[in-house]
Amino acid sequence: MPYIPLKESLPGITGLLDYRQDTALPIRQLTQILLRGASTLTEGERELIATVVSYGNECAFCSAAHTAAANILLGDTVISEQVKLHPDSAPVSDKMKALLTIARAVQKSGKLVTPAMVESAKRQGATDMELHDTVLIAALFSLYNRYVDGLASVTPAEPAFYERLGHILKEKGYMPSPDRYAGL
Amino acid sequence: MPHIDLPEGYPGIRSLFMFSPETAKPLNDLVQTLLHDPTTSTLTPGERELIATYTSSLNHCKYCASTHGAIAKYQLGGNEALVKDVISDPSKAPVSPKLRALLIIAAQVQEDGKKVKTEDVANARQQGATDKEIHDTVLIAAAFCMYNRYVDGLATWAPDDPGIYDAIGKQRASEGYLTKPFKV
Repeated sequence: MPYIPLKESLPGITGLLDYRQDTALPIRQLTQILLRGASTLTEGERELIATVVSYGNECAFCSAAHTAAANILLGDTVISEQVKLHPDSAPVSDKMKALLTIARAVQKSGKLVTPAMVESAKRQGATDMELHDTVLIAALFSLYNRYVDGLASVTPAEPAFYERLGHILKEKGYMPSPDRYAGL
Repeated sequence: MPHIDLPEGYPGIRSLFMFSPETAKPLNDLVQTLLHDPTTSTLTPGERELIATYTSSLNHCKYCASTHGAIAKYQLGGNEALVKDVISDPSKAPVSPKLRALLIIAAQVQEDGKKVKTEDVANARQQGATDKEIHDTVLIAAAFCMYNRYVDGLATWAPDDPGIYDAIGKQRASEGYLTKPFKV
């Protein structure tokens, strides 16, 4: 049960973003820019970064939600499982492998990102902006994961819930709207 | 040396704000609402800055801990000793029992959201903390797990000169977070 009164119809992060909307707005805007804005990384690639960080933080709600979003955007359910379980042999580009290594370091601590990790990503073609966005996405999900688990928000057990949420994240992105969770 | 090419003369997150103005906007809007605006929380700006400072110190983020420590000092009427006491041991610092209980929750969030237990929340409530104050504490600690990772994950410049942090602290305590950073 959540530590504070949240709407029962809005589990996980959805209820928290509803509880305090003045702080939710910049958090949503930042997420929209990073995961759906103009970028040389695809939306699916950026959702994979969110997924590995949430998985590393063992945040069941965020991990399931962003796995679903990544699967829908990539049209594939194997890639997300592979990057979580076997990142070295996952079927993603060498550049993505290097960026996901950096994201996993950031998940633990920003200080664990080494010049060698950054050099390796640059060698595989990563730009400064892609490195910046990878670090900030990983940092942002370090916020989300703690927000969701720190207030003991509800984690639905039903896999179909995350499928429905994944479709909302693909079709509506991250900005608020009155009927945003109507299909949840 | 920073991992990416950042403008010179701006320390810490300020260099990242100059590098990526688009993401800087919601990142600054978030702290303006969460920490600075006196009308958005029943915790004082000084108390909120202490939570931010303590979280940053636990993450060993020198730039953020020094900057928010200086902002906290100015928000608390120049009480630098209190800031130092909170950083070194909140259980012995001369703060209210409520803030002490909230700082315990912040430390748990810093480690992992799942470390926050029912009894810690009950203890904070017993000391007079409201649902909203518990929420705000968790979100401030979670947000600084993001800011700290952003700042350290890209190896930004953390000056050694305490005068720089003092000048930033003075600026932010009086102006809030929405004005331009100055060049150092």
